[in-house]
Amino acid sequence: MHTLEPLLAEHPFFQGLDSRYIQLITGCASNVRFDTGQYIFHEGEEANEFYIIRHGKVALETLAPGHKPITIQTIEEGDVLGWSWLFPPYRWHFNAYAVELTRAIALDGKCLRTKCEEDHDLGYEFLKRFANVVEQRLQATRLQLLDVYNVRT
Amino acid sequence: MAANLPNPMLPQPYRVQKMRRETPDTFTLELTPVNGSGIPPFAAGQFNMLYVYGVGEVPISISGDPDKRNCLVHTTRAVGTVTKAMRELKIHDVLGVRGPYGTHWPVMEVAGSDVVIVAGGIGLAPLRSAMYQILAHREKFGRVVLLYGARTPSDILFRRDLEQWRAHFDLEVYVTVDRATGSWRGSVGFVTQLIPKAPFDPLNTVALVCGPETMMRFTALALEKRGVKPDSIILSMERNMKCAIGLCGHCQFGPVFVCKDGPVFPYTHIRDLLAKWEI
Repeated sequence: MHTLEPLLAEHPFFQGLDSRYIQLITGCASNVRFDTGQYIFHEGEEANEFYIIRHGKVALETLAPGHKPITIQTIEEGDVLGWSWLFPPYRWHFNAYAVELTRAIALDGKCLRTKCEEDHDLGYEFLKRFANVVEQRLQATRLQLLDVYNVRT
Repeated sequence: MAANLPNPMLPQPYRVQKMRRETPDTFTLELTPVNGSGIPPFAAGQFNMLYVYGVGEVPISISGDPDKRNCLVHTTRAVGTVTKAMRELKIHDVLGVRGPYGTHWPVMEVAGSDVVIVAGGIGLAPLRSAMYQILAHREKFGRVVLLYGARTPSDILFRRDLEQWRAHFDLEVYVTVDRATGSWRGSVGFVTQLIPKAPFDPLNTVALVCGPETMMRFTALALEKRGVKPDSIILSMERNMKCAIGLCGHCQFGPVFVCKDGPVFPYTHIRDLLAKWEI
């Protein structure tokens, strides 16, 4: 029987993770696909999963009154989508939709939170990996905020 | 003999042959000498001083093909008095040109390596000359990757060139914008985010980088993190050049003059100066 285990093991996010943990995580994983324009989640909704993007592109967007939705970041093949499942109050902070046909593996956040509580070594592995993602996105966001291409005259 | 050398401070009259609006605030000028002579040879990365008569003179990078000697091509952004006046020039108007000046991208010197070009905003202008040169000698290089970041989709420079380059089988082109609305289906994020996944061999790569200083500083860090050797990172600096021949000191950057010792520098020569705000 085919399982998602090899797909998870080869994804950059899980690189180097002990195979017993990959096996454990596979129990919380499901294969998903999103068509172009399909929303994956909306701001304020409960965040109970995250996504390992295998193929395609997802836009994170936010809304400002009187403006069209603003895309603030795209998440692509090899990236991870969503960390709100990891921190209370477990709500999405942005909308996410597929810019193009996107194939991903969805991981059940509730299931993983339970496993992380039961095995703190696994929890530490997760936190290290997500901290790395958060750090990279924070640095990139700071540079976006600097608006370096805007010439001030 | 010295009497036969051209005066480096004397602009030569050039006529506007074409003017193209690239984005809402950038434009490209194609210029030919009024006296019908050929344009002087230049190398990718060099700049000319362009003089709008009665207004002033500014340094502008050459954005044209070094192998095409029929006209001088410059792309710039209308931000100050001179460049705003330049944008209002009409076909057949005349302006003064002196140059070319400064150091150049070491394009042919890095043959055999992978080349990663990282451009931000108007920084693509001086790198376009390098792209033309690389494409003219494509077989001499390993993988060639262009990473370009702009503010928004409407600020993307040289769209036609980017689309053509993207169609090449032997060229990787990735474009990202800092923010987007509406129909943009490309990437959104700062240009440094393209570096970790770009297809090149970091140990055998030379990176040519041009853009705002902050962008170049963080790009160099991201390239180093990916494994590119610091001495394989080349940057192009922008400063307020006046004389362009290293006499007036307007463009002094620590111990160097950007007009004469640059604008193209090895990263290792200026790395320590980049984080000093007072320079």
